Amino acid sequence: MLLTDLIRHAVGATGTHVGCEHGVCGACTVQIDGEPVRACLTLAAQAEKLDIRTVEGLEPRPGELSPLQAAFREHFALQCGFCTAGILMSLDALFARKPKASEREIREQLSGHLCRCTGYAPIVKAALAAQAHVREEKTTDA
Amino acid sequence: MTINPSADRWVGRSVPRVEDAALLTGRARFIDDLPTATNTLDAAIVRSPHAHAEIRRVDVDAALASEGVVAVVTGDDVKRLTRSMTVGVKANVECWPIATDRVRYVGEPVAIVLATDRYLAEDAAERVGVDYDILPAVVDPVAALGDEAPVLHPSLGSNLINERRFSYGDPDNAFAAAPHRIGVDIAYPRNSCTPIETYGVVAHYDPGEDAYEILANFQGPFSIHAVVARALKVPGNRMRLKTPPSSGGSYGIKQGVFPYMILMGVAARIAGRPVKWIEDRIEHLAASVSATNRATKLEAAVEADGRITALAWDQIEDCGAHLRAPEPATLYRMHGNMTGAYAIANVSIRNRIVLTNKTPTGLNRGFGGPQVYYPLERLMQTIARTLKLDPIEVIRRNLVPSDAFPYRTATGALLDSGDYGTALGRAIAEGGYAALVERRKTARAEGRVYGIGLAAAVEPSVSNMGYITTVLTPEEREKAGPKNGAQATATVAVDPLGSVSVKVASVPQGQGHRTVLAQVVADALGLDPGSVSVIADVDTGRDAWSIASGNYSSRFAPAVAGAAKLAADRLREKLKHVAAGQLNTVPDDIAFEGGRIASRANPDNSVSFSRVAAAAHWAPGTLPEVVDQTIRETVFWTPDELAAPNADDEINSSLCHGFIFDFCGVEIDASTGETRIDRYVTMHDCGTILHPAMVEGQVRGGFAHAVGAALLEEYAYGADGSFQSGTLADYLIPTVMEVPEPVILHHETPSPFTPLGAKGVGEGNCMSTPVCIANAIADAIDAESVTLPLTPSKILGLIAGEEPQAKNPPRKIEPAGPSGQRKLTGEGAAEVAATREEVWKMLLDPQTLDAIIPGSHGVRRISDTHFAADVTLGVGPVKGRYKADIELFDLDEPNAVTLRGKTVGALGFGEGEGRITLTDIGSGRTRIAYTYEAGVGGKVASVGGRLLDGAARVVIGQFFKALANHAGGGASGAGFLARLKALVGGGS
Ligand code: FES
Ligand code: FES
Repeated sequence: MLLTDLIRHAVGATGTHVGCEHGVCGACTVQIDGEPVRACLTLAAQAEKLDIRTVEGLEPRPGELSPLQAAFREHFALQCGFCTAGILMSLDALFARKPKASEREIREQLSGHLCRCTGYAPIVKAALAAQAHVREEKTTDA
Repeated sequence: MTINPSADRWVGRSVPRVEDAALLTGRARFIDDLPTATNTLDAAIVRSPHAHAEIRRVDVDAALASEGVVAVVTGDDVKRLTRSMTVGVKANVECWPIATDRVRYVGEPVAIVLATDRYLAEDAAERVGVDYDILPAVVDPVAALGDEAPVLHPSLGSNLINERRFSYGDPDNAFAAAPHRIGVDIAYPRNSCTPIETYGVVAHYDPGEDAYEILANFQGPFSIHAVVARALKVPGNRMRLKTPPSSGGSYGIKQGVFPYMILMGVAARIAGRPVKWIEDRIEHLAASVSATNRATKLEAAVEADGRITALAWDQIEDCGAHLRAPEPATLYRMHGNMTGAYAIANVSIRNRIVLTNKTPTGLNRGFGGPQVYYPLERLMQTIARTLKLDPIEVIRRNLVPSDAFPYRTATGALLDSGDYGTALGRAIAEGGYAALVERRKTARAEGRVYGIGLAAAVEPSVSNMGYITTVLTPEEREKAGPKNGAQATATVAVDPLGSVSVKVASVPQGQGHRTVLAQVVADALGLDPGSVSVIADVDTGRDAWSIASGNYSSRFAPAVAGAAKLAADRLREKLKHVAAGQLNTVPDDIAFEGGRIASRANPDNSVSFSRVAAAAHWAPGTLPEVVDQTIRETVFWTPDELAAPNADDEINSSLCHGFIFDFCGVEIDASTGETRIDRYVTMHDCGTILHPAMVEGQVRGGFAHAVGAALLEEYAYGADGSFQSGTLADYLIPTVMEVPEPVILHHETPSPFTPLGAKGVGEGNCMSTPVCIANAIADAIDAESVTLPLTPSKILGLIAGEEPQAKNPPRKIEPAGPSGQRKLTGEGAAEVAATREEVWKMLLDPQTLDAIIPGSHGVRRISDTHFAADVTLGVGPVKGRYKADIELFDLDEPNAVTLRGKTVGALGFGEGEGRITLTDIGSGRTRIAYTYEAGVGGKVASVGGRLLDGAARVVIGQFFKALANHAGGGASGAGFLARLKALVGGGS
């Protein structure tokens, strides 16, 4: 069984989407132990005992958006939203690993995702804004 | 003129989208997320691997006997329970959603397997056996018209399904009088906007009421509801269509799900249980819907200063294997706009529609626009080039003059509003055209390859339901009765607590309709948009809808949002009377603001909106005489300007006409042929802007599609009809790396014909941008003629002065065998620790072969030199089971042997031949050398050259490794060949 089928149909977490089932579109991206992974190329068995995080795990509290999600809304970085979960999981993993990722690195990360609606520019803007926000928070915390 | 949104209006502001919270948190409900009835079956579709073949036999027994399978539906069943889909022209031809006696494109459905889960359905689908008699195929629209061309539909007698000629003004005289006759000859390719969510359908059938209920991520009802109900042989009220709350993009493409609505309806009826089908990406690419490809000759009669006095169009439209509704709409959608943004009084048009062995066509963003503006704007550049004029001047001199609006074009469109000259002037000044020209100069002085392109376009929106009847002669139209208009509908309702809901049948697929409707209605009623709830998906059993309802022809902002405004206005007028009674004043004194209704003269005299609004529920007896109710207003709106085509074939094909003027600078890397878009400026007049960020989103989204169409995307077919763009690794969609950010400018002239002054804006860049980029590339490399997509290899060819290549990247594709085949050739060698005699024996021994053939489920000896095998092979995403038949020839024991094999499976077929030579290299070791040549077809062939070649190498390598191990280890090098019949042949 594919990990996408497990997540979507056995667990019922339908926020992870399937756009191609051959590893190109990135819509199915989830985090396994913090790393972005294409769930459509992963067998459910391969993920056994590992920590899987999907878009449903991004909200800090129900009804409250994370800074990355909020930035997507503010910058109109989604239209149909079908590609969005994968992109969020990918960027979230990038920022966790590299809070100061450059625009180039953000673009490289995004180049593994296809979005047919937005033309990408607002996604890049949202990512940069979210990153600035997270950095600010970190500085205020410190 | 720019209309600044006043601070007290919601419309015109970029408020956050109400859609986003659910979409960002994974709570949105797309079709595959919705619960289904517990007894629902999953469907898997068996599809044709051939571009053209007679079906001799469909053997469903093995599939029926498979685990979990409840039924298998074939073309015969569908024919028995439905009728042929309506065809939009008068022609003796049938149009079925599944192959009945013949397949006509790779991917055409042949059978549907219904099982208790999807894995089981797909496994069983591989066991459906289909015998084909392969026919020659034709894929080129011009070739399809030739006398020798194979005919797809014998009942038509030829592949030409419709031809019409039109003449407006006096084109002959204009051509005779003009000093110049300048033309272009264009082959516009096929492409598709490929939404990331594929098609999905869940169908129920109730035999008691003979009624279907179908949930699909379709984008209407639209006129297609009638086509589906007719095909299913039920009245419209027995065909209830619902759409899911969210849909993952469409750009027109999801209109093409409707044949599957019919198929799954029939499947549910046969199985006696609900049926669900979710298309996969490979099915989507091969067999959903694409835009039309078109061969066009366009000529202009031109004055010395570049002014055009006449156009002569000759268009050959390729609609694929069937003329499926709403085709031939792609060809006629632009009929009123064949002069683009220009005032040209004389036009002749010859339109031919042909059928070829390719996927049937349908809606796709830009719908007919790219196919028209590519020739037209290439022509403008060619005129400038030929007459040595500034291309900007050629455009400017021909534009419809600013004082001429509303302007009637030669072919009948009524251009509602515009100020093209000013918009162009502003784009040049604000977009930095002069600086771009400088940049080109500098770049060229440095020896770099740099070019500038321009394009002007009129973007039509809100289609006239009657334009399609322009394909009929005036006499045929007379008989059929007039068709016209564009009914839009919206309902605004108040519940007993006085809160407001809006319902429309606009079926958005990501555009944010709900947000804009909340703004529009909030403005009319003095509410906060957050307090207005909006439903935009459709249920034809419950909603107000009509034949034009749905999401297409960029009709939302001009038509649907306008209808919502009218409904809210109507409610407001009534509420004024109710409030006047409650506030002791007159209706004219009533104002709506901040959730309250107040007297203008004395704002302290006020009452909450909900109190007034709810009165009709709680105390209808208190309503003033003139007010019946304030509970629900449904408005139907259709513009008078959308008349049926007249006796002279003039047609106002769309209500609104935006204007676009684009220019861009591109730089080409002369060593790689790659194009970099250096600067792109796009000026839009889309009338009044309702939500600036969403308008920008539409422009950017259309622009990205257009960049793909210009540089990357093509639904490529082999000369034999094989489909060569079968995965997203072959059909290349632009990523963030390929899409630059355009400079977007606006020059608003509100439409006088729409309630809000808005025009459509969703498709314009798909019309203007491909040709703008092509013009820039042609300018850069000084080419007379360029063909999309302008891939690096094609550009390199043009620079070198070669004939353009068919597709990039360079692939080993040779036109092959009878139908749907892709050729593979290769050679290699390996060494094994066994003598020639031992190897020879192994190759002729079924048990050994079974052990070493990757994925083998058993090898049977038919004779000493003839074997049959069952193998499972995977190529990239396409994994399937195949039957292989292998024969040995030219045996020269123990030196050499030739193998000839054939494989066939649900996913494809193959045949090939290979020669193996064994050489003694001493110490009991043997060198095995092989060469092979094979052809593969069907779904496997669609996965593309890179994957296929790679997979062939891997499988052959595995075979050798296994042979070596079997022989006692020590293999080196690549693989072998016996396999390859089966492997390369079947799955390679
Ligand atoms: S669905 Fe996994 S990459 Fe497309
Ligand atoms: S938002 Fe629709 S595909 Fe990205």
